[in-house]
Amino acid sequence: MNMQVAIPIQYFLVVSTFMFFTGIYGFLSRRNLITILMSIELILNSVNINFIVFNRYLYPNQLEGHFFTIFIIAVAASEAAVAITLIINIYRRFSNINVENVDKMKY
Amino acid sequence: MDLSAITGYHVMFAIFSAIIIVFSVLTVTSRKILRAATFLLFVLIATAGLYFLLHFQFLAAVQLTLYAGGIVVLIIFSILLTSHISQKFEPIKPQKTIFTALAALAGFVLVTTTILQNKFNADYFIIKEVDMKTIGKSLLNYGDNGYVLPFEVISVLLLAAMIAAIVIAKKRNKSNV
Repeated sequence: MNMQVAIPIQYFLVVSTFMFFTGIYGFLSRRNLITILMSIELILNSVNINFIVFNRYLYPNQLEGHFFTIFIIAVAASEAAVAITLIINIYRRFSNINVENVDKMKY
Repeated sequence: MDLSAITGYHVMFAIFSAIIIVFSVLTVTSRKILRAATFLLFVLIATAGLYFLLHFQFLAAVQLTLYAGGIVVLIIFSILLTSHISQKFEPIKPQKTIFTALAALAGFVLVTTTILQNKFNADYFIIKEVDMKTIGKSLLNYGDNGYVLPFEVISVLLLAAMIAAIVIAKKRNKSNV
């Protein structure tokens, strides 16, 4: 099966760029730590789309983008796990998770 | 583009990208945190749809189970542990909103113009299945097109993250703090 599907690559790239910069906006404007983490997930996800699309369109016979997307998903999962344990610990200590209230890094 | 050239792929792509655009904006602007997490879930599912569209079935399944099933559930649990569901965020200062929106918009315009000016010579993709056998062989192959090194590194990373999560979240004795 060798069917062609005529969707230009730029369409995918514009969608992923939009997602990336909404993530940037959320990262800069939010103050709750969990919403900041959600913005980071958006950014990572848009990068994944880029890897996949470049793999499919420009190098269809190799699988570099595919495998690096798998690795990025694994890194994102472990990053989310560690970040959420840190956030819960911060909540235990300060009773809220707004970034401006967490300015003491003392042990 | 004339209307006869529109196939199911175009329709599905339009639906998925519309979901991504609308719900990613709602994720970062919603003032109720649980709603923001739900909108993030929609964005991640639509991304899995894009992977299905590009015929990376295994990756789309990984995206659905790991992102939509794992990370979002983790985020929702931590939301339930740390905040009241009905609580609304205070509105952001308009000055801050404007400046961050301007920064993000400037970046978006810059990158989009670069993308649209570049000639990729890629107006279509050829459907090609990636079967599980290839994926498994490549992951454990140390020759050309082999990914055994990042595979091992990621396994060490996952172990380290697991130990770190347990150690950090563990309750300490009062004397240790």
